[in-house]
Amino acid sequence: MALSGLEIYKLLPASSKDPEVKKHGNCKECGFPTCLAFAMKLGQKQAELSQCPYVEEESKAQLEASAAPPIRLITLSGDGHKLEVGNETVLFRHEKTFYHQPGLFVRVKDTQADAAEVAKAVGEYTVDYVGMDLTLDGVAVEADGGDFAATVAAVKEACPLPLVLLTEDPVTAEAGLKAAEGIQSLLWAATPENWEAMAKLAGEYKVPLAVHVDGGDVDALAALAEQVQGTGVEDIVLDPGVRDHVSSLSVFTQLRRLALKKNERKVGYPLIAFAGDDPVLAGQHIAKYAGFVVVDGFSPGTVYPLLVMRANIFTDPQKPIQVKPGVYEINNPKPSDPLMVTTNFSITYFSVANEIESSGIPGWLLVADAEGMSVLTAWAAGKFDAERIAKSVTSTGIGEKLDHQRMVIPGHVAVLMGELEEELPDWEINVGPREAVDLPNFLKMQWG
Amino acid sequence: MPTIEVPKEKWSGKVREITLGATAADGGTRAKTVTVGGETTLPYLHFEGDIPHPPAIAIEVQDRKPADWSPVLLEAWGDVTEDPAAWAKAAEEAGADVVMLRFSLHDDLSAEYARETLRVVLDATGLPLIVFGPGQAELDNDLLVPVAEEGKGEKLVLGVCEDKNYRTIVAAALAHGHLVDARCPMDVNLSKQLNILISDMNLPLERVVMDPTTGALGYGMEYGYSVMERLRLAALQGDGMTQQPMLVTPGEEAWRAKEARTEEGVPEAWGDWAERAVNWETLTASALVESGADILVLRHPESVKRVRAMIDALMSN
Ligand code: SF4
Repeated sequence: MALSGLEIYKLLPASSKDPEVKKHGNCKECGFPTCLAFAMKLGQKQAELSQCPYVEEESKAQLEASAAPPIRLITLSGDGHKLEVGNETVLFRHEKTFYHQPGLFVRVKDTQADAAEVAKAVGEYTVDYVGMDLTLDGVAVEADGGDFAATVAAVKEACPLPLVLLTEDPVTAEAGLKAAEGIQSLLWAATPENWEAMAKLAGEYKVPLAVHVDGGDVDALAALAEQVQGTGVEDIVLDPGVRDHVSSLSVFTQLRRLALKKNERKVGYPLIAFAGDDPVLAGQHIAKYAGFVVVDGFSPGTVYPLLVMRANIFTDPQKPIQVKPGVYEINNPKPSDPLMVTTNFSITYFSVANEIESSGIPGWLLVADAEGMSVLTAWAAGKFDAERIAKSVTSTGIGEKLDHQRMVIPGHVAVLMGELEEELPDWEINVGPREAVDLPNFLKMQWG
Repeated sequence: MPTIEVPKEKWSGKVREITLGATAADGGTRAKTVTVGGETTLPYLHFEGDIPHPPAIAIEVQDRKPADWSPVLLEAWGDVTEDPAAWAKAAEEAGADVVMLRFSLHDDLSAEYARETLRVVLDATGLPLIVFGPGQAELDNDLLVPVAEEGKGEKLVLGVCEDKNYRTIVAAALAHGHLVDARCPMDVNLSKQLNILISDMNLPLERVVMDPTTGALGYGMEYGYSVMERLRLAALQGDGMTQQPMLVTPGEEAWRAKEARTEEGVPEAWGDWAERAVNWETLTASALVESGADILVLRHPESVKRVRAMIDALMSN
C-alpha cells in the first residue's frame, strides 16, 4: 500500500536513529530543501528514491515494497499479441476504474482432433464494438493424455495469441514449454505436491506460474505462493480451486480484499478462473475479479456478448465512451429524409441510432460535439446549446446533402428552439420526443 | 502455519424486506406471495451477512401480441402471446415467481380495457403481479388508476412511478393497498430523492421498490451496474433512503438491442442469432444480479432458466 509523505519522512535520513546517517539530514543533495519536502514529493510520485544517496538499506526495502502494486502486473505474449493483467487498485469500478481487462482464453485438449482448428478460429476472431476491435486473448491447452507437445506446437502455429499450458505433470509441462518457446505462456499449475519441479521450470523458461490448491483454501494458497516465490519466481497467478458461482464470488472477493485492503503480499497476484461452458459464470468472473478466464468451446454467439461485457465493465467511469461528432447515415437516407440532432455520448448516440435503424426509417443523424455528455447533462452544462448545434450544421455541411432545411431536436431541449431559429434563420426547427424509443412513431406521424 | 484473516465488512444497514402479492388471508387472491430484500451484505457474500431471499424472476406478459418483439421471442412463446391469460399461465409454467403485465401502446387502451385485462390475468395465475403501463406518464396514470382499483388488496407493483407522475401512482397505491416501482434515470441522488418524495406522501417504504433504470449489455449496462453497487453500498452503510430492493428490466432492454432483435445485416462475428440473443438477455440480467438486483423482469424462457440456475447457485451456501 502506498505510504503517505509523513510515513516516508520517518524512513529518511533526517528521522534516522543512526547519527552517522542523521547528519546528512536536510543536506539538499536530492534537489529538495529538506528531507520532508523530498518525502512529500516521493509520496506524490514526483521524485525518485534514488535521488537521496543516504537512505538506509532497511528503509529502502520498505519504501520499495510499498511502491510495488498490491496486485502484481503479469504479462503474457504471443506472436505479436501482448496481454497484461493485474495492477488493479479498487474493488468497485465506480471508485476509480478497473485497469486491465481479464484475458479470455478458450480451452482445447490435446486429445481433441480439431484443437488447431479451434485455435485458428480463436486467433482470427475480431469484432467491432463502438469503434473498438474486440478480440480473444489466447488458447489454454490442456494435457489430457494425448500428445501435449505436438498439440501445443500445432496451436502455436495456428494462433498468434498467448497460451496457457494446463498440466500438473512437470515432464509434460517441460515438453509443452519447449514446444511453446518464443512466446510468453502461463504455466498452470504448481500444486502442494509438484511445486518445486514446476517452480524450477517456470524459472528456466521464464514464464509466469499459476499456483493451484483445492477448495478455496486461502491459507494453503498463500503458503504455496510464498514457497514458489521463495525460489525466485516472481510472476505468479493464483488458482484457489473454486469452480462454482458462489464460492468463486466469495473467495475471489476475499483475495482481492486481502491484496488491496490488507496489503497481503502473499496473495498480491492476479487470479485465474475456469468457467467451463457456462457464459454466465464467465460473466461473473469478468465482473468479479478474475485476471484470466478460461472458457470451454468457441462460439461467436457467446464470445461476442462476453467481450462486450468485458469492455463495459472495464470502461473508465470517468471517461465515458464517445462517438465521433459528425453526420451518420442510417438506412441509406435520401436528400428528402429527416435530419435529427443528438449528442456524442456513445449511449445516447446508440439509443437514437438503434431506434431509427430498427424502425427501418431512413434518416440523417447529426451528432454534435457535446464532450461526451447525454442530452440533458450536456444542455445543463452548456455543452449542447444553439450555438454548438449551429456550428455542427455548418462544419459538417449537412445542408448540402439535403433537399430540405428542417431538423428535429431532442424533446429535452425544446427550450433551444428560439435561439436555434436565430442561429439558423433558414432552417425549420421541430421539437422531437424526449426519449429515443418514441422517435420512430414521431417520424411516422410528423415527418412528411 | 499462520492463518490469514479474511477481511469482513461490518455493515450497519439492511435492505428492506418487501412482499409482493397478497393471499386471501391478507385481503388478496394470490396463491402465494413473494418476499425480496433483507440483505445485510453485498450480493451473495454469505460469509459476512445474510441474504435471506433469492431475487425474484418476473416474466413479462403483454396485454396483446407485441408488434415489435423479435421473432426469436415470439417463437419461444408461440400462440399464448395472443391471449394474456394463457400467456400468464405459460409464464408461471416457465418458472416465473411473479408475472409482469405490461400494457402496450395501441388505440384500444381505456380504463375499462385495463380493468378487464387485469381481471383475466388475475384469474389465470396465482402469482403476484407487477403492472406496467406503456411508459408514457399521462397514459400510465389513466390505466394504472383503474388497475389499482380493480386489483384492490392484491399488493400489485404499479409502474413506472417517476418524478413526472409519482403523485398519481402513489395515491392510487395508497388508496388500494399496492406497491410502486420508483424509477430514476441511473442516478443515486435522484433515486434517494424520489424515495423521499414518495415516503412524504405517507406510502410506507415497505411498499416501494427502487428501479435504477436498466441499460442493456453494450448500451449502458455498466452505468446501471455501478449505480446499483453504489446504492447497495449506501444502503448497507445505513442510508435509509437507499434501502429499497431493486427492480431491473433486462428483458425489455436487452431485446431492444439490435444484437437480440435482428439477424439481418449484422456482422458474421456476431454469431448465431438465437444464441446471441439469449446470451444478451442472460448476461445483462446476470451482471445485475451481481450488482444487487432483487427483482428481474425477463422475456425469454431460456433466459429464465439460466438466470434461475445462476440464482440457485449463488444462494446455495
Ligand atoms: S538528499 Fe534529500 S532526502 Fe536525502 S538526506 Fe539529503 S535532504 Fe534528506
